[in-house]
Amino acid sequence: MDQFAPTRRSILGTTGGAMLSAAAIGVLGGVSSSAFAKTAKKSATQGDVDILNVALGLEHEAIAAYSIGAGSGLLAKPVLDAAVLFQGHHKGHRDALIKAITDMGGKPVAAKTDAEYAAALNVAATVKSQADVLKLAQKLEKGAANAYIGVIPSFSSNDLKQISARLAADEASHWATLSFVLGEAPPAAPLIFG
Amino acid sequence: MVNAKGRSLVAMGLTFILAVIAGTGAIMATASGAAPAMPAGDATRGAQVYEDNCTGCHSLDANRVGPAHRGVFGRKAGSAPGFAYSPALKKAKFAWDVAKLDTWLTNPQGFVPGAKMGFRLPDAQKRADVIAYLKKESGK
Repeated sequence: MDQFAPTRRSILGTTGGAMLSAAAIGVLGGVSSSAFAKTAKKSATQGDVDILNVALGLEHEAIAAYSIGAGSGLLAKPVLDAAVLFQGHHKGHRDALIKAITDMGGKPVAAKTDAEYAAALNVAATVKSQADVLKLAQKLEKGAANAYIGVIPSFSSNDLKQISARLAADEASHWATLSFVLGEAPPAAPLIFG
Repeated sequence: MVNAKGRSLVAMGLTFILAVIAGTGAIMATASGAAPAMPAGDATRGAQVYEDNCTGCHSLDANRVGPAHRGVFGRKAGSAPGFAYSPALKKAKFAWDVAKLDTWLTNPQGFVPGAKMGFRLPDAQKRADVIAYLKKESGK
């Protein structure tokens, strides 16, 4: 590995300095709630609201999955820190989506309990190790990235399409990091998502 | 009397005319909105398409953001037990078959206005493959 290749430790952000709080990461790293909502309100349709609510459902599930993973006792530092970091991003997405849906006159879909998400994701049967937690997160991140890409044509405005692309990019970045930590080489073929 | 060369020219001419007629028919069918035939689906490839594109919201055996898919093929639309469908899909009166799933996956909200799903799968081969997978996983 040459001098420019990052180590897994540095990829996960543990350089020895203080970590940003999940809340601060959510505000700084995610979509600005008010900007998103303002953009979304311009030419919203009910279809847009419905799609944003589906996206919100995805974010609720992702937040729960990271909670379940972090609370499982299976994750060691620095992987645990990365899980909290990524959960913070998803909380930022969630908050921006809730504001946008509300501003567009819709009712944001509520989160289920962690137990309900764990059952639906079949965690008890499939998650027994740190690697299993990471693989679950990796799968959900890829699914979310592809979902955000797949809904782009259905949005009524270019602004919403672009925001969906930005959300997809966040999820793709999570997927790439998780894949690296799992020791997986990047896919040889291009157009990895979508 | 027509010689061999003449017969050959006539045959070529007839072949050309038949090709023009066939081509014109195809152009007219396309212009009239007739859909091109669906490619044959492969359930094995479809499993990967499902994994990559559908498992963000769906599972075979659990309702998540989207309804569970085991048994979807042949099932009445909007009827997976325990899932909170849109009113539009709940009152839909059709059962899922190859053609309906293909149209749905091309543009769900265009097919069923008021549906919540906005995800589109634009590649016809991927749609055919994932439909073949869903059909297999539905025991059909």
